[in-house]
Order: sequence, then C-alpha cells, then structure tokens
Amino acid sequence: MSVGIVSYGAYIPKYRIKVEDIARVWGDDADILIAGLMVNEKSVPDMDEDAATIAVEAARAAVSRSGLDVNRIEAVYTGSESHPYAVKPTSTIVAEAIGATPVMTAADFEFACKAGTAAMQACMGLVSSNMVDLGLAIGSDVSQGAPGDALEYTAAAGGVAYIIGNKESELVAVIEDTYSFTTDTPDFWRREGMPYPEHGGRFTGEPGYFKHVLGAAKGLMEKLGTSPSDYDNAVFHQPNGKFPRRVAKMLGFSREHIKPGMVVSRLGNTYSGSCMMGLAATLDQAKSGDRIFMTAFGSGAGGDAFSIRVTDRIDEVRDQAPKVEELLEDPVYMDYAMYAKHKGKIRRA
Amino acid sequence: MSVARSWRHQVQRYNLIGTSCNSCGKYFYPPRTMCPGCRRDGEIVSYKFKGTGEIVTYTVIHTAAEGFEHQTPYVLGIVKLDEGPSLTSQIIVDPTDIYMGMRVRPVFRKLGDSGEKGIICYGTKFVPE
Repeated sequence: MSVGIVSYGAYIPKYRIKVEDIARVWGDDADILIAGLMVNEKSVPDMDEDAATIAVEAARAAVSRSGLDVNRIEAVYTGSESHPYAVKPTSTIVAEAIGATPVMTAADFEFACKAGTAAMQACMGLVSSNMVDLGLAIGSDVSQGAPGDALEYTAAAGGVAYIIGNKESELVAVIEDTYSFTTDTPDFWRREGMPYPEHGGRFTGEPGYFKHVLGAAKGLMEKLGTSPSDYDNAVFHQPNGKFPRRVAKMLGFSREHIKPGMVVSRLGNTYSGSCMMGLAATLDQAKSGDRIFMTAFGSGAGGDAFSIRVTDRIDEVRDQAPKVEELLEDPVYMDYAMYAKHKGKIRRA
Repeated sequence: MSVARSWRHQVQRYNLIGTSCNSCGKYFYPPRTMCPGCRRDGEIVSYKFKGTGEIVTYTVIHTAAEGFEHQTPYVLGIVKLDEGPSLTSQIIVDPTDIYMGMRVRPVFRKLGDSGEKGIICYGTKFVPE
C-alpha cells in the first residue's frame, strides 16, 4: 500500500516588514544581518489573524485544490508553537471551518518548528493502518520574537496543510518513507505564560539544527539506500537562509536541489510551516516522477526526514489553489511601529 | 458575548451556512426556518453560500466600539452575496480603496474576543476578490 499526499494548500499573510526596518529601531547593521541571515523581509499577520485562522485558510486551499469530499477527512492535527489557546484545540476550529466535523478525531501538536511534519507522520500511520480514510496535517504559526532579540528578524507568519491518504490513484506524491532523529536538547523554549521564547544563541546551531537534520537525513538515505543524486529537489527547515544551504552542502545536495523550496529570504521563518512551505513551493513546480528529499527540524529537538516521489496527478491539481509564489507576490510593507501594533508589542492604553 | 450565544452562531459564521427554499428558489442568510413567500408550501433546506458577492454600501469606522479601537480606521460594509441575501461584515481592505460594487470573497478571521481570559470568536470577513 502506498501512503502520500492527496493535496496541499498554503497561506501567507499579505503584510511584510523588511529586516532593515527592524535593524533601524535596534541600532543593528542591516547589511550584516541580511548577509548573515540571508533573509530580506518576513511576513506579518493582520491584527485579526492567528495560527487558527491561518491554519483554516491553508486547509481550505488544500481541500479546494483536490476537490475531495471533506467528510472523508477523519483526522485533523494542527502543529504550532503559537496556538491561540493554551487549552482548547486549534484543530477543532479548523475541522469545523472546513466542514469535516463531527465524525473524526483531532488534536494539536507542538514540537517547535517540526510540529507540522510530526502531524504528517501521525496521519501516515493512521491511513496506513486504515484507521482513517484521509488525515489532515497542518503546520501554522504566528511566531514570536522578543523586541530586540535575534529571532525578531525572522519570526514570521504562515501555514501549510497536507491531506494524507493511501489510495494510489489519488496521490499527488507518494511518501516513500520517513525517518526521525530525536533527543532532549534545550536549544529553544518558551515557559508557560511567557510571551516570547528563549533560545541558546549559537547553541541552536551545531547541537540543535545540524545534529538533528543530519541525523534524520543520513538515517533515511541509509535506510533507503539512496544518495543526493537520486533526488531532483531537496527541502530543509529554513530558520534563516544560511542553515539550509549549509546543511544541504554537508549532505551533498547542490544549490539547484534546494532552489525551488528556498522561500525564507522573502518570507522569514514560519516555524511549523517553514519546511512544509518549502515542500509546497517545490511541489508547485514539480514534474511527474520527481523525487524530493525533505528534512524538517524542531527545537527541543528533532529532525523528520521524508523521501517523496511526485505522481502525474500533480498536473491535475496544481493550479486549483494559490501557489506559494503567488502568495508571496504583491506584499504590503509596514514600518516597525505598525508591525509592533500588529504583533501586540504595543497596545493602546 | 456569552459562550453559548457565540457557539450557537458558529456554524453560520464559519461557513456562511444559511437556508434556501426548494419551492421558490430563494436563499436566506441568516438562515430562516420558514419561507416568508411560500409559507406552509415552502421546503426549507440548509445551504452553504459560495461567499462571493459585491459591496452594496460601506462606512469607515474611526471611533470604534470597545475591543475594536486598535483596528481603526476599518471598513464595515453590506455585502450582497451572489445568491441574493445581504449581510453586514468587516471588509479587510484599505479604506481608501473601497468602493460600491467592489467584488469580494470570504476569508476566515478573528471576529473578536471576550478579553484576554475569554473565548475567541472566529468567522467570516471579506476581502477584495
């Protein structure tokens, strides 16, 4: 039995702030930051958008792209580190808004930036075992960066939804296998009740991102007996533009491999949506038969690697919902003051 | 808004669920349980609106009600849905760009909340098509 992606949908808020506008406020050198992070601007949610509304828009795009019967979706899992409620599922809001309730299961996932791919893996298990017909896995975030913190330059907003199924004729992409590499690594965290996350600075690099992405990616290729030359494209978690380029090179993937999915320079880090957004952008331009290698990373810490093979159905569904490139077009730029208002960093007395 | 009241309106707000009359073909939003034209001969069924429509008229809010002060200036409009019924909604658009007759489509947004400890109400707003 094959398991894979039946449909996918993405959503990106229309607002952006440029790195130079944030740097101006905190007295940082924008040129050094842009060169170091390889990020020029990031998305900003509207004042009435949160991880739930973004998840709903992404899920609706996924449903309309495939035109499937929503009652077939029997599991909804939303991964986020910015769920609007501490207690009350985002996934029930999404399920109700797409009309998939009530005969279904739902839960929220949290694993920093890889909660969405963990949800994909859970859905793969459910459809493989025939416990559900279709599963909906979402990564959605309105990520937070404390004023003046390094994360403020990249913490962005966006979401991506994948509908996972097991009927070969319906799949736009077969997930050939998945492999995870997980340890207890405190590289990034947010305590209960705290508005902004904390991180271990440079500690997030080698013991966090690189150890887990390399562990998962090498593990999967070893398991499958594949090498980078077997793949047409690759996607890695994009906390900035530097890390995915470096890890791709370390694994033997070329710049061309990762080019279609590298959206971070115009989008920022959409956390749970980051790697999944890169995959959506790659699927937007993929050809039948293409193989895509993906590895998500979540602080805390773990890596989820996937080996994906695109089917000829991609050409039937691709244009039925907005592509990532279209969602990145025509942004509305805002200054730091408006950004601070949108993110609740300043409030009317 | 009370939790129960918000929850009762949830389905129609999330997905623009109204009703239509199979006898005369009219559509109703918010949903009616009886067709005012066909009366006892009417056959009311649930109907999910496409959500597309056009702006009939609008106003720009500069002095907002409590809880909406941070959003000013924002646009409230009457949207005539393609199936016929009209409803009042916030229109997510630059107030200088709005005009009567503008085509709009629905989006899922936060409508408001009951303070920092209360529930969050979600539902439909409109953006230019």
